[in-house]
Amino acid sequence: MMLGGARRAELRDHQKEMQSFQLRLGLMASMILVVFGALLLRLFYVQVIQHDYYHTLAENNRISVVPIVPNRGLILDRNSAVLAHNYAAYTLEITPSKAGKLDALINELSAVVDITPRDRKRFRKLLDEGHDFASAPIRTRLSDEEVARFAANKYRFPGVDIRARLFRHYPNGEVASHVLGYIGRINKRDLGRLEELGAAPNYAGSDFIGKVGLEGRYEQELHGTTGFEEVETDAGGRAVRTLRSTLPISGNNLLLSLDARLQNVAEQVFGDRRGALIAIDPTTGGVLALVSKPGFDPNLFVDGIDPQNWDALNNSPDHPLNNRALQGVYPPGSTFKPFMAIAALELGKRSPGYSIGDPGYFTLGGSHRWRDWKPAGHGVVDLHKSIVVSCDTYYYGLAHDMGIDNLHKFIGQFGFGKRTGIDIDGEVGGLLPSEEWKLRRFKQKWYPGDTISVGIGQGYNLATPMQLAQATAVLANRGVIYRPHVVRQIQNSQSGALTTIEPAPIGRIELKDENVTRVTEAMVDVMKPGGTAAVAGMGAQYRIAGKTGTAQVIGIKQNEKYDERRINERHRDHALFIAYAPADAPTIAVAVLVENGGHGSSSAAPVARKVMDFYLLGTEPPVDKPKEDTEEPGGD
Amino acid sequence: MIDRLLVYIGRHVDSYLLAAIGALLVVGLITLYSASGESFARVGNQLANVGIALVVMWLAANIPPHYIQRLAMPVYLLGLVLLLAVMFFGEITNGAQRWLDLGVTRIQPSELMKIGVPLALAWYFDRYEAILKLRDFLIAAIMMAVPVLLIAEQPDLGTSLLVGAAGFFVIFLAGLSWKIVIGIAATALGCLPLLWSLMHDYQRQRVITLLDPSQDPLGAGYHTIQAAIALGSGGLFGKGWLNGTQAHLDFLPERTTDFIFAVFSEEFGLFGNIILVTLFLFVIGRGLFISFNASTLFTRLLAGAITMTFFTYVVVNMGMVAGVLPVVGVPLPLVSYGGTSLVSILFGLGILMSIQTHKRLVQS
Repeated sequence: MMLGGARRAELRDHQKEMQSFQLRLGLMASMILVVFGALLLRLFYVQVIQHDYYHTLAENNRISVVPIVPNRGLILDRNSAVLAHNYAAYTLEITPSKAGKLDALINELSAVVDITPRDRKRFRKLLDEGHDFASAPIRTRLSDEEVARFAANKYRFPGVDIRARLFRHYPNGEVASHVLGYIGRINKRDLGRLEELGAAPNYAGSDFIGKVGLEGRYEQELHGTTGFEEVETDAGGRAVRTLRSTLPISGNNLLLSLDARLQNVAEQVFGDRRGALIAIDPTTGGVLALVSKPGFDPNLFVDGIDPQNWDALNNSPDHPLNNRALQGVYPPGSTFKPFMAIAALELGKRSPGYSIGDPGYFTLGGSHRWRDWKPAGHGVVDLHKSIVVSCDTYYYGLAHDMGIDNLHKFIGQFGFGKRTGIDIDGEVGGLLPSEEWKLRRFKQKWYPGDTISVGIGQGYNLATPMQLAQATAVLANRGVIYRPHVVRQIQNSQSGALTTIEPAPIGRIELKDENVTRVTEAMVDVMKPGGTAAVAGMGAQYRIAGKTGTAQVIGIKQNEKYDERRINERHRDHALFIAYAPADAPTIAVAVLVENGGHGSSSAAPVARKVMDFYLLGTEPPVDKPKEDTEEPGGD
Repeated sequence: MIDRLLVYIGRHVDSYLLAAIGALLVVGLITLYSASGESFARVGNQLANVGIALVVMWLAANIPPHYIQRLAMPVYLLGLVLLLAVMFFGEITNGAQRWLDLGVTRIQPSELMKIGVPLALAWYFDRYEAILKLRDFLIAAIMMAVPVLLIAEQPDLGTSLLVGAAGFFVIFLAGLSWKIVIGIAATALGCLPLLWSLMHDYQRQRVITLLDPSQDPLGAGYHTIQAAIALGSGGLFGKGWLNGTQAHLDFLPERTTDFIFAVFSEEFGLFGNIILVTLFLFVIGRGLFISFNASTLFTRLLAGAITMTFFTYVVVNMGMVAGVLPVVGVPLPLVSYGGTSLVSILFGLGILMSIQTHKRLVQS
């Protein structure tokens, strides 16, 4: 009984136990199915729903896009002489994020390659300017020997690499620096501007951008199109193979109207003097030479200017970075008179035969005397003589008779008071006043007395040398206006096709031929004995039409006499000269300004003469510096 | 002659299991060829491992279950002694004391415990089958807890959890009262903060990384992120064999061992994964079937525990690669490269075969 009962209990137990076990096994099986189901759901989510996202990540992992910087376009003068080109050089670059302590690193590096204190300062400046680029050059233009020495020691310097880069070079140095401008490292402001233009992607991998001058203005032509190489990289960042590449397209070349030899001659004859010279082909508006002295060496800027050179340029009292030709405003002085003369003839304010008696001053009836530069006066003066001897009194009266608004309206047509539109940035507009202008500017009425000085290019009358040159070219071209331009053609880098910037007239001043001829003849006589620039015109083999000018830097009181020798050099008058030649069919128009040069006849006119001689006759000027001709009588 | 030899060899081999195991091994070799950068040397190595492991499996399949039962306690005790030895004389590598240098070879006693604990527990429950009381479950829990704690101290949290899980499966299947099961589950949840405070920094880091891999994309999160990219970019049908960029360009770490599933997923996509999961499910299902039909408590419990441990490995590895479990060093059974894990897995599956085939013989 007992045994049987126990066995039954055991059997029952066993059965119950089996059932319990099977139940639990079944529960396990269900759990397994649930877990695998959840796992498959997760896989479905990652592999199907998030597939696009991870696909992109995988491609990003795998493919890195390496930009290939295009070659920058060349700048060539009208005879295809190279003014700006590129050359390949090795640079030593530090990637600060990969390098350790920079100072210690640079110290160690200097044992392998030469690193001057200037290099260090420049490197610091590049870092301080907070550029976004990954690496900055500590040295540029390494010699082959230095490259070899570094390569042998490279393992010691993580984060330091040698790179081959193309560098901009301006073979003529200072010559034409204000025309060419320069390129420099892309800074945050440049980057902001590029982003606004939507051009930032095209600058991937580029470190440089045109800053000023033609380099700045024609940046879009010169830069070219950046190419790309899609490279498959492994987890270590090593390139495994190239998948696809788009070659860069080089920038287009600029072919200038500028004549480098003429430019060179102009800068030579300018010597150390400060000032500006512009020579224009009046029949096209093409700029033949554009000088602003002093200049600078644009090569200094190419890979980041060092602080020492920068301070020297920036703090010099001569302001070498200012483009005087476009940004300097000066009273045009007597060079304004030919434009007054043609206005008088055209507007009928003066007839060629009308004469005045010049007592050496002009009054409006009151006590104030507007003095002629020649205290005793020029005697009987008609229009022709007024130009030849540069009689002030004649123009005081003429300006008064014409009235400021007539003067503004007519002479404004020559381009005074507004930008000429030359293809270099930074030009300013000068000032040719009107009644409306004075009201706006000073909230004051225009007084008749204000007009008098304007007639001889003084008072509220300011022009840039560029404007003077443009006005001279328009006069030489008998009223046909071309926009002055430095770039004549743009050459496509791929096809070689030339796009000519058509020299189409942008306007025309209705001038009677006889009036232009009359003024021209007077200007021709300026260059002859009895004229104010007779010395500069001596022995010319072609006819020159010219006009001297002097612009006061400081005011001279009513009863004071201007004495050049007693005045600080920087307060001396500016010398001006405009001319065109050959007088009958002009092919060159020139405007010259010499700061503090005294009289236009003595310092400005000879410069223009040498430039025209070279352009028209091919005569090289003497190598020695032009001597200051102080014996010349006051020619204004 | 040959026929008779084959019959002899196949006598204790479960053909269903063998078919699924064979398929998984082939998948492993094919994926390994791609993951190793098309290295025949690696595949050859693994082929040798497979050969050895299959022999081990065959041997295990031919040991009758009652011999295994007799060996259970000696194996467990040997493992315990070795674990203690590791504690006092073990080699320290990578900050953990896991290896024991026997002069001839180095062994990792915790590996032995993966089979030792379920063996011992199944033996214990079988021995006191008729009179199982709560006290027995307590003793079983202690038998499980001692090696688990010793392994956790090494520290090797992953292995200790797997050993613990193997033990727990035995205890659960042996019929632990539901109240206690639920109580333990509740206590375990409640103890999570305590566990956190006991964890080493690197272990905590793994958990943090699991929750947000992007926190440390180049450090601990790197594995998880790169694995997710491999899976996700594989898509529905995969990039094709040998075309996985994540694997071939070195982005995936541990891609022949713990992360081989990521390589497979990248190249064969979700469809490949479904096939792979189905194969694993088949092995597990067959294991549960064997357990269900086993004739003694010992074999039932052992077969159930081996199957569930196998399942745990698969889920922990796939969950890790899929980014839902922390990164622990658990290989994917039968697929990952490496001899040790292959041998121990196939040894376990060999025991399953033994349980199945010897029962049939007994019955007949």
